[in-house]
Amino acid sequence: MSTLLKFVEDQLSVKANHPKFKAGDTVTVNYKIKEGEKERVQQYQGVVIQRKGSGSTESFTVRKMSNSIGVERVFPVNSPYIDSIVVNKVGVVRRARLYYLRELTGKAARIAEKKQ
Amino acid sequence: MSGIIGKKIGMTSIFSANGKYIPCTVIEAGPCVVTQVKTLEKDGYASVQLAFDEKKEKHTSSAMKGHFEKASTTPKRKLVEFKYFETQKNLGEVVTVDLFAEGDFIDVAGTSKGKGFQGVVKRHGFGGVGGTTHGQHDRLRAPGSLGASSWPSRVFKGMRMAGRTGGDRVKIQNLEVVKVIADKNLLIVKGSIAGAKGSYVTIEK
Repeated sequence: MSTLLKFVEDQLSVKANHPKFKAGDTVTVNYKIKEGEKERVQQYQGVVIQRKGSGSTESFTVRKMSNSIGVERVFPVNSPYIDSIVVNKVGVVRRARLYYLRELTGKAARIAEKKQ
Repeated sequence: MSGIIGKKIGMTSIFSANGKYIPCTVIEAGPCVVTQVKTLEKDGYASVQLAFDEKKEKHTSSAMKGHFEKASTTPKRKLVEFKYFETQKNLGEVVTVDLFAEGDFIDVAGTSKGKGFQGVVKRHGFGGVGGTTHGQHDRLRAPGSLGASSWPSRVFKGMRMAGRTGGDRVKIQNLEVVKVIADKNLLIVKGSIAGAKGSYVTIEK
């Protein structure tokens, strides 16, 4: 990335301070939702299947099964609407992009947890 | 119409004050030096010629060296004429990005990326052949008929066909200025502009 572009990103975007997580981890994203004047926090829990991009445009995708229907949501990492991110489980995976999870359901879609 | 010469730096996204995630293009705009002032009396129309981006003297022809010397400036890479500049400018004056303010709507013109020889689907947005049945197995992206037969017995001029694509001057109008960083000569506009990173663009208000 050019130094001038990096300068602009440093100036104009606020870097969020989230815990470290990668593809394969199970996370809970506490997402702020505005309803008219009121604001509430919604929880979204699932497996991170990818982290994409860099700098202020970085985003991550969280996949979960909702009533046996797969749901994927993309969040910008530096979004001001993310209240907090909680890492529930650190997974062991051999890829950075877990697209193969889309084909799998049930027991096959489990990810091994990293031993402490 | 006031304007300035710039260089496309690249794109990024920022969150605006009301929480919208907006795509932005970063342009290094100016500082530009006025190298020639054309007047209605002398040249038949009024315009201001601006120069942008440093260039080595050994890469400058003697004729151009003289031209830059008149404006008492160093050799520059890019020269563009802007017709009917809003404010009176004198030779050697510097035009900076301060010309624009946050919330202004500007037009940015650049040269689009060259795509080489392309078919009609990419070049003119043709739909291609819809299905693969009725014997249409090998012409999914073909242009189809070029016209009628015995009359006019020829193909009309300007018929859209395959050919060189891109590399044209493209002007994007009404781009909103998101931010001006004057000490680094940066202009940040909402949306995309034509051209590759590092290519020259002209910005008009």
